[in-house]
Amino acid sequence: MRTPYGHEVYAMAAEYPSAPALYEAAKMVRDAGFKRWDVHSPFPIHGMDDAMGLGKSWLSAVVLIGGILGISTAMFIEFGSSWGLYPLIVHGKPYDWKVVPAFFPIMFELTVLFSAFAAFFAVLIMNGLPRPHHPIFNWDRFARASNDGFFLVIEARDPRFTEVEARELLERSGGQHITIVHED
Amino acid sequence: MDDTPTAPDVIRGEAATTVDRPLARVPLVLNRRNFSWITERISGVVEDRAPRWWWVCFTITASIAMFGLFCLGYQISTGVGVWGNNVPVGWAWDITNFVFWIGIGHAGTLISAILYLLRQKWRTSINRSAEAMTLFAVMCAAIFPGIHVGRVWMAWYLAPIPNNYGIWQNFRSPLMWDVFAVSTYFTVSVLFWYTGLIPDLATLRDRATTKIKKFLFGVFACGWRGSNRNWRHYEMAYLLLAGLSTPLVLSVHSVVSFDFASSILPTWHTTIFPPYFVAGAIFGGFAMVLTLLIPARSIFKLHDIITPQHIDKMAKIILLTGSFVTYAYGMEFFVAWYSGNSWERFAFWNRILGPYWWYWWTGMLFCNVLSPQLFWFRWCRRNILVVYFVCMCVNAGMWFERFIIIVGGLHRDFLPSSWGLFIPTWVDIWTFIGTLGIFTSLFLLFIRFLPMIAMSEVKIVLPEADPHAHGPMDHHPVQAGGMERT
Repeated sequence: MRTPYGHEVYAMAAEYPSAPALYEAAKMVRDAGFKRWDVHSPFPIHGMDDAMGLGKSWLSAVVLIGGILGISTAMFIEFGSSWGLYPLIVHGKPYDWKVVPAFFPIMFELTVLFSAFAAFFAVLIMNGLPRPHHPIFNWDRFARASNDGFFLVIEARDPRFTEVEARELLERSGGQHITIVHED
Repeated sequence: MDDTPTAPDVIRGEAATTVDRPLARVPLVLNRRNFSWITERISGVVEDRAPRWWWVCFTITASIAMFGLFCLGYQISTGVGVWGNNVPVGWAWDITNFVFWIGIGHAGTLISAILYLLRQKWRTSINRSAEAMTLFAVMCAAIFPGIHVGRVWMAWYLAPIPNNYGIWQNFRSPLMWDVFAVSTYFTVSVLFWYTGLIPDLATLRDRATTKIKKFLFGVFACGWRGSNRNWRHYEMAYLLLAGLSTPLVLSVHSVVSFDFASSILPTWHTTIFPPYFVAGAIFGGFAMVLTLLIPARSIFKLHDIITPQHIDKMAKIILLTGSFVTYAYGMEFFVAWYSGNSWERFAFWNRILGPYWWYWWTGMLFCNVLSPQLFWFRWCRRNILVVYFVCMCVNAGMWFERFIIIVGGLHRDFLPSSWGLFIPTWVDIWTFIGTLGIFTSLFLLFIRFLPMIAMSEVKIVLPEADPHAHGPMDHHPVQAGGMERT
C-alpha cells in the first residue's frame, strides 16, 4: 500500500493518553481480529499480554536448553577428564563415586552461566534485536514511547488492514494523533 | 510496619481495590511525580554538564586509583615479597580485600534478583546503582586473587584450557570452584545489568541531542522500541535472570567460604561458614549501597525517588543480616567451647585477647554487632547522619572481620615456634586504598554516563502505570468506561 506521494505505508498508529486507555484499546483491537499489531509503552503494562491475546513467552524453554548444555559441559570437563582423558591424582585421592559431590559446585556454576547467556541472547533474537532502524521511528511523536507516550500500531501487512477500518478502530478506542507511518 | 499513611500520599487506586488491607501504603515515589518527571530528572543527571564537585571527586579518586595501579605494577614486576605476607601469615590483606570486595557485590544482586522475586517494588529505585556497584566491586575483588598467585602471567592456568604442558585443573579444589563461581557471578551480573539497561538506553537515545550520543546510545539500546511483544519476552528473560542470580549469589560467597572451611585450621574449619559469609556479604553490601546512594540522592535531588522509606527498609535489612552475623559470631565461640577442642578454644581466646584483640573489639564487636542495633529505633533509621554513621561502621567492620578470620586463623597455628604477626607494607596499604579509588572512580563514571536509576522500572510503581487503576488520576485523566477487569 502506498500513499498518494508514493511512500510505502508501514502502519496506522495512534497515541493514547494513559496506560489504562492503551490497555482498553488493545482489547478492542484484539477483539476486532487484527494479528499484526503492537503496542508501545515506556514500561511493561501489567496484563497487556492478555489484553493483546498473547500467550506466555516460551523464552523459558530456550533457557532450559541453555541450562542443560551448561550442566553437560561441566560434566564433560569434570567426569570426562577425571575418568578418561586426564586422571589427575591430587592428595592421593582416587576417583570413584564418592568424589562426585566435589564436582557439584562447578556443575552448578556452569548451569547458571549457560542459562544466563541463553536468556540474554534469546531475548535479543526472539525480539529481532538489535535493529537500529525501524519504520516506526519515522513518526516523530514516537520518541515519547520511551518517556511517557503510549502508542498502538496496526501494521499494513495485517490481512484485515484497510485504512478506513484501522482509522475508525483507533478513533473509537480513544486514540489521538492518528497517523499513517511510512515504511521509508 | 511503621509506614503510617499520610493523607495526601495515599495511593487511591490501591486503597480502593484492596478492601482487606486496612491501611493504604505510602507511595514509593513521593509528591505524585509523573512519568516525564522521572525521565527528565534521571536523564538530566547524564545529560547536564558535569558539575564541579564531580570533577573534584573524580580527580581525587582517579589519582588514588592510578597510584593503586602503580602499586599493582610494582608488585607484579618485583614479586609478592613487596607485601608483608610471609610464614606463617601467607594470606593477609590480599585475600581479606578479595573477600571484602566480593562481599560488597552481593547486596547489588540481592536487590536486583532476590527482592525482585519477592516482589519488593521499592527495589526499583536502587537496583540499577546497586548492580553497578556489584560489577565494580567484583572487578576490584578479581584483582587480588589474580596478583596473589605471584606470577600473574600464569593466571590462565586457572582456566581449563587444553594445553601441552601436562597441566589440568583439579576440579575438586575449592580454589577452582572459586574461579568458576566468581567469573560466572561477574558475567551473569553484567548480563542482568545490561538487560535492565536496554529500555533506559533507548530513552537516552530518543533524547540525545548530538550525533555521537545518538549513535552510541542507539547501538547499545539495540533498537529497543518499547513494543509489548518485546516486553513479553523481556520480562520473562528478566524474571529468569533474577531466578538464576538468586542461587548464584548465595553460591558465590559460600564457595568463597569453602576456601577456608575445607582447610584444617582452627577458626577456619567450620560448617557455619557458608551462611555466615553470605549474611555478612549482604550486611556489608547494603552498607556500601547506602554509603553511595545517600550522597548521590542529595546531590542529584532524588529525594522523591529514593525516599526515607527506602533508606528505612535498607536499614532494616542491615539490622536483619547484622543479627545473622551476630548469631554466627556467638555460635563460633559456643562451638569452640562445646567442641572441647583445645586448639579451637585457644584460637578463640586468642581472637579476643591475643595480639589482634582490638580488631575484634572495635571491628567485630562494636562495628558489626553493636552499631546496627541502633536500627531497632525508627528515629535512627530515618536520621541520615545516624544511618551514615552505622554504614561507615559496617563498611570498616566487615573488612576487619575478614582480616580477623584470615590472619587471626594463621598467625598462631599449632606450633608456637612458628607463630608470627602480620605487618602490612606500604604496598599492601596502597593497593587496598587504590582499589577504593578504582571503585569510586568507576561509580562516578557510571553516574555520569548511564542512568543511575532504572527509569522504566520506577515508572511501573507509579499508580497511573496500573491499567486497572480506579479513581481519579492527576496526570492523565482517564475516561470512565474502560475500567472493568478482564
